[in-house]
Order: sequence, then structure tokens, then C-alpha cells
Amino acid sequence: MRVALFIPCYVNQFYPQVAIATLQLLEKLGVTVQYPVNQTCCGQPMANSGFEHLAQGCNTLFIKNFSGFDYIVCPSGSCTLHIKDHLHDEHQEGKAQEIRTRVYELTEFLTDVLHVTKLDAKFPYRVGMHQSCHGQRGLHLSQMTELVEKPFSKPLQLLQMVEGVELVELDRKDECCGFGGTFCVAEEAVSVKMGKDRVADHIKQGAEYITAADMSCLMHLEGILKRQKSSVQVKHIAEILNGEGV
Amino acid sequence: MSSRENILAAVKSNQPAFVGAPVIPHFAQGEINLVEKYGTVLSGIGGKLYLVETHNQVLDILQTDFFGPAKRVVSNLGYLSAMAESYTSDANPHSFKNVDLFVVESRLAVAENGAVWVTDQEIPQRALPFITQHLAAIVHKNDIVATMHDAYDKIANFDYGFATFIAGPSKTADIEQSLVLGAHGARTMTVFVVG
Amino acid sequence: MKDHAQLSETFNEDEPRVNWHDETLWFVRQKRDKAAHGIPEWEQLRETASQIKNNVLSNLSEYLVQFEEQAKQNGITVHWAADAAEHNKIVYGILQQNGVQQMVKSKSMLTEECHLNEYLKEQGIDVTDTDLGERIVQLAEEPPSHIVLPCIHWKKEEIGVLFHKHLGTPEGNADPQLLTHAARLNLREFFLTRRVALTGVNFAIAETGEFVVCTNEGNADMGAHLADVHIACMGMEKIIPERKHLGVFLRLLARSATGQPVTTYSSHFKKPARNQEIHIVIVDNGRSKQLGRADFRNSLKCIRCAACFNTCPVYRRSGGHSYHTAIAGPIGSILAPNLDMKQYADLPFASTLCGSCSNVCPVKIDIHEQLYKWRQVLVQEGYAPAAKTAAMKGMGFTLSNPGAFNVAGKAGRWVVKNVPFLVNNRFNAWYKQRDMPEAPKESFTEWYKKNKAE
Repeated sequence: MRVALFIPCYVNQFYPQVAIATLQLLEKLGVTVQYPVNQTCCGQPMANSGFEHLAQGCNTLFIKNFSGFDYIVCPSGSCTLHIKDHLHDEHQEGKAQEIRTRVYELTEFLTDVLHVTKLDAKFPYRVGMHQSCHGQRGLHLSQMTELVEKPFSKPLQLLQMVEGVELVELDRKDECCGFGGTFCVAEEAVSVKMGKDRVADHIKQGAEYITAADMSCLMHLEGILKRQKSSVQVKHIAEILNGEGV
Repeated sequence: MSSRENILAAVKSNQPAFVGAPVIPHFAQGEINLVEKYGTVLSGIGGKLYLVETHNQVLDILQTDFFGPAKRVVSNLGYLSAMAESYTSDANPHSFKNVDLFVVESRLAVAENGAVWVTDQEIPQRALPFITQHLAAIVHKNDIVATMHDAYDKIANFDYGFATFIAGPSKTADIEQSLVLGAHGARTMTVFVVG
Repeated sequence: MKDHAQLSETFNEDEPRVNWHDETLWFVRQKRDKAAHGIPEWEQLRETASQIKNNVLSNLSEYLVQFEEQAKQNGITVHWAADAAEHNKIVYGILQQNGVQQMVKSKSMLTEECHLNEYLKEQGIDVTDTDLGERIVQLAEEPPSHIVLPCIHWKKEEIGVLFHKHLGTPEGNADPQLLTHAARLNLREFFLTRRVALTGVNFAIAETGEFVVCTNEGNADMGAHLADVHIACMGMEKIIPERKHLGVFLRLLARSATGQPVTTYSSHFKKPARNQEIHIVIVDNGRSKQLGRADFRNSLKCIRCAACFNTCPVYRRSGGHSYHTAIAGPIGSILAPNLDMKQYADLPFASTLCGSCSNVCPVKIDIHEQLYKWRQVLVQEGYAPAAKTAAMKGMGFTLSNPGAFNVAGKAGRWVVKNVPFLVNNRFNAWYKQRDMPEAPKESFTEWYKKNKAE
């Protein structure tokens, strides 16, 4: 199986440890992973701002980098969803379509493709799980509280395989953190307020770490935690599943 | 062209290709005790339930619950004539502004939401169940259905001028989501389930 | 004019009040959840409602004609209004015909959309809103901030002051029971003296020509049954094909709106009472245009339950007035640009696209997807600020050129400078209340080339 690693641009630049953890985790699970080094960005920052038409260059490049793989795995629900929903190229729509069906967010790849049932990892801390909206409501990584459906959660299923993790129960299980791409600066007041409220919920439940399958949410929450000089830290789920103690 | 023609032409040219209406699925509710369910839901929405065997019991209970010399009670039900004045459809609705209690029979009640259904057959004066301070309804236990689908199955082809589902006392939570019973309509609702 | 971001920044200056507003509405969302989870077939009901509405939209012209025909047979007068101005004129005309200067009105978001009250006031007509929340905002000379809970932004103490001034309630008393009772007594006088009552319409049934009005307070019925003339105003999308379809919608409406199993009153008006007139005003006001927009026509399925307001994390923390339109919240943000793209270009951006709105919607409108699509339309139509367009063009170029991206990355993390939410300086909105992540010594690509590449 040919697996490509798709790393979001801001993770590449700011959180290389998340990308390294993703790569190592997949390799530990016996997957041979290739990282197309010419990748940049999925184009979501433009598209969500209404400039989908300017993302065409990104789309073409994405297709060039990621065609021909059996699976494309990404440690971000949001970027995965963007590719799944919006990757198009009128000159090579067949290839675009193939990629759209082969792109997986990391945790769903672990549960649905690799069928992981155990992990060699230890993380003896109280952890709050932040459900990133695009992963949850877009990719259905977890059941959504709005729906009258059976509960499930792919990220939690994996976290429960990690020794020592103590998951906290949140008052609001799946409320948005307020990052929202350019929303976080265009609507700064509401964005920050939403982030502060999410952080407060985790702190109230005694979380020592906030984790998520999307680093963008965590970057926003981390920014608020740091400004508040809180001792609570953020950690991408790949780092926890990869078994890196602290 | 008139606005009517303009609007209809615009709608016609802009509406998407025809898709049929779905068949409403049958949502089986399993084995439920309809009277019990009705009572639980009614009390949850602020109403009061009495289970009675006979219409005489209704009279007794109403005379106890709404005891008082100055009370104006209105109903066209023969078995309440000892306490209630009757009315006709041609009365001025404003003449009911000081009614304390209005009592009506309903032929249909809904367990899932506590509602009773009344039409102008039962309320020849449409204003009465709203303008009264207190409302009492009498329904036979065999006339309680499980859901609104069942209710509309019964009334789908019924003719009326006006009809309404009434579920509990009038209420509002407009002030800070604090529930207050008695907004503009009846302040209390009592339902007698007979049989 | 201030946009949503500016108005919500002002709203957020009083953080305890934002907390209170958020928690009050979250409480309503929780009540909705509880009610929905009590119905095992909930998702199937939503799907059925959605399909019925799809049928309505695909056959609307026929249903409207059928409805009109039936309503006329029932003795109801039917009027058609192409826009808000015509709607307002029709209502005024009916008042004039009856020689009436005063009217009671129950809640109708359509009349808010058409600014009927302002218009009638200019004509010297005295309109009294009778829904408690609407009465409160009317006395306060404000528009409603929520379509189901019009004064949800008001604290009871403030209402106490307002009622002391206008209704003579005891000074300093903020008991909701007492305030509601005072309004009840006060408004009874209006119900008993007004000869014309205006109501909205929740559902209009093509098959029978009847219409249904849902309230908890009983104000629509009090108005309509005590008046000589009942005017019912409806957006033309309120049509449903058959009476039995009410079973689906009435199961969904109140549960989605407030978590009640049904509204206290679901009144079916089919024929006028003796000595009474009923007029129905069917209003287009942009709806036929929206029907022609394939990506956005589903917004017309809305039954105005406001579940999307209550669940929206942005609405709860920015308040209804920040949307500067009659219908706020997520649904308002996809309806308003249809009426005026320039004035409401900000609204589709007042969302994180979290998708919670679409999940609670009882008729399954793809609200967050339409928000995304409106963004594309607004940019294409030229409603994006020039600076943003320039920044996006630069970003589009660099991100499609790996050479430029990686050089830029090495040279100092191109994204730090250019991705708008990452610009690290004190003028940047990110940095106002958030810290930046620490820059690592190398990017992942650099690490990979060093450690992994063959």
C-alpha cells in the first residue's frame, strides 16, 4: 500500500513535531510513508474566504504531488475535509476525484483502514478532547450532539488505547473553539471569546492537556492559554498516540 | 401584469424540476399506555389531569376546584348546567371577557404533546378557550392517540371553520427564559380523561 | 454602517453579559436536545420534513394557485405583494377600508422584514405588538434580536425598569411572573378594543386553503378572535401541500425551537367567523429570486424555529443585533444577501462554518455550506475589500509554487508574514488576546529532507 503524508502548511512551519509524530506513528504501525516534499497548502485559507477561484494553483499542485497513492493521510480533519469537498481541476477531474476518495484524516485512517486495536503508548495525564468541527461534523470522526444517533468517536477510541490517559468529560462536548480560519482575525472578538469559553470548560474539568485532531484549533486555544499564563498545554492527538511522554 | 401574475410567473420559471412529496413513514410507538403518557406530558407542560369514570365526577371536581360565588363559568355541556351558563354562536365575543372558567369536550387528544383538539363544532365561540381565565377539557380515553401523525390521520378530511390544538395553559418564557404560566390565554388547563 | 465584526466587538465589551447571553441560549439548545432525543425517529422526521419542503419548492407555483383557490372558496380574501412596499400598502389599505387607526399584531417576522410597523406609524396607525417579547422591544423602540425570543438580549431588571415606566409596575421589581401579569392585564385592553388584528402564518395548506398560527401565549388567537378583521401575512414559502403534513412539521417545530413537545396553541384558520373578515397577504419580497438560485433555494425551506440561532456559538456571543437584519443568526446570514448583497456582504463571514446549524435544522437546510457558497458569490460579485483580494492573490501565488513557499519558509517562515491569522505584530488581531506559537528551529520539510529523504 502506497501511503502519502499530507502535512498542513502551518503544521509544517510551526508544529513540525506533529508531522514527525504522525510519520513515526504510521511507520510504527508498519506503514511505508512517502512525503512529497513539494507540497504547500490545500488552499482552504483562500477558499473559506470566498476566493476559491484563487485556489486553482494549489489544486493543480496538490494533484501533482498526491496522484497515484493508495491513501493520503493528513493529521488535520479540516484540511482533509477541504480536499474531500473542494479539490477540483477541470483539466484532470478524474485524478482530483481519485484523490478526494483516497484522502484520510489520521485517526480515521488508523481506525477504519489499519483497524488499529492497540497502541504502545503511555500518557499519564488528565486529557480534554476538543472535537474539531470539520473533523467531527464534516468527516464524522465522532457522533455529533445535535443528532439523535448512536454515539461513537474515532479519536476517543484511539485515546482509550493509550495507557494512563484520563479523559475528562466536558460540559459542552462539541462546541466550536472559534478558530474558523480567517474568522479568527476578521471576527477577533467573538473568536477569542469562543476560545476562552472552550479553554474554561477544559480547565473546569481539570484537564492538564487539551488534545484534538486539528492543530489549528489547538494553536488558537494555545494562544489563549499562553496569554492567560495557564499551565494547561495543548498536544495534537498524533503526539499522544505516538507515545511520547512529556 | 398584476403582482399576482408576476409572482407566479417568476416562481414558475425559477422553481426546480418537480420532485414528489414523500410518503410519511409509519413511526411505530411500541406498547405505550396512552393515558399515562398523556398525563405525564400534560403535567410536564403545566396542565392538570383527572381520571374520572363519569361526567358527574367532572361536575363535582370542577365545583370543588373552582369554588366561589363570583365565578363566571361557561359551557354548553348539559351535565355542567348546574354550575355553567350556556352560550350561543351569535354572542359578541367581547361579552366573554370576564369568564373565569370555560369547559369544553374534545374528541381527540395527543399523548406525545398533551394537546386536545377542538373545532368550532365544540367551540362555536372561537374566543372562549383563549379569553377565559381557566380552561377545562373533557376527553374520552379512547380518543387519545399517540402522535400528531395519528391525530392528522383522524382529522385529515374534517371540515371546520376554525380548529386548534391546545396543549396546556398559555405560557411565555420571553423574560430571561423564566417560564411563566398565564400569558394572554388561559392561566390553567385541566383535562378530564373519562373512561 | 458598522458590520457584524464591529457590532460584535462592541457586544463583547461587557463579558459577563456575553456569558449570560450565551448561557441563556445554550439552555434553550439543551432543551431542544432533550426534546429531540425523546423522539427515536427524529432524524427520519427531519428527512421527511426536508423532502416535503423539496416538493413544495419544486411545485410552488401550483401550490400557491391551489391555496388561493381554496382560501377564496373558504371566504378568505387573498392579496399578493411583490415586495415589502406593496405588502405594507396592502395592509394599510385594509385598515383604511375599515376606517381603523389602531391594530394589534402578533409575532410575524415577515412584517419585521418588511418594516411594517415603521411604515404604519408614518401613516398615523397605532400598532401594538402583543407577543410579550415583541411588546418589550417595541416599548424599548428596538427591533427583536431573535425570531422566537425577541427580547432575549434584555435582562429582567431592565424589563422591570421599562415596565415601571410604561405599565406602572412597582419600581425595582423584576419578577418575571409579575411583569408578565402586568403585560397580560395591559394587553387585554388592546385585544378588547382593536378591530383589526394582524398575525403571521406558520403553515399554509394548499389542499384546504387554511393556515396555521402557532403561539405559546395565545396572543394571535386573542387578537384574531376578538377583532372584526384578521390580516394574516405570509411569505410564499410557508405553503405545505396537505393537512396531514402538519403532523410532521408540528412535531418538529416547537421541539426545535424551545424544546416543548408542541406550542400551546396550533390554531387552524380556515373560514372567517360570523361577521368577520380574513385577509391573507402572500408576499414574495425576493423569495422567487432566491428560488432561482440553485445553491441557495433550500434556505426557503426554513420554518423559523431559530434552532440554528440557539446552537450557533457566534450568535450566542454576538447577539442578534450584530446581524443588522430582521432575521439574524445563521439562517439570516444566508437569506439576507439575497435581498441586498452589498449591505449584507459581511454576514456569510460571521461564522466559523462549524456546521452545528445544519445539524439542528429540522428541515435539513445545508446552512453552513450555503454560507461557504455565499462567500464565493460575494467575492465574485466584487464585494470583497481590495486589500483582502490583494492578500489572497499573493497567497494563491506562493502556495501554488513550492519553490517560493519553501524559500519563503526558510527565509523566515513565509506563513508567519502572509497567512493573515499568523501575522505576528501588535497590530494584528491575532495577537490582541492570543500569543503566537514559538517558531521551531526548522520546518517539517527541512527536517524530512535532512533525516528521511533518500
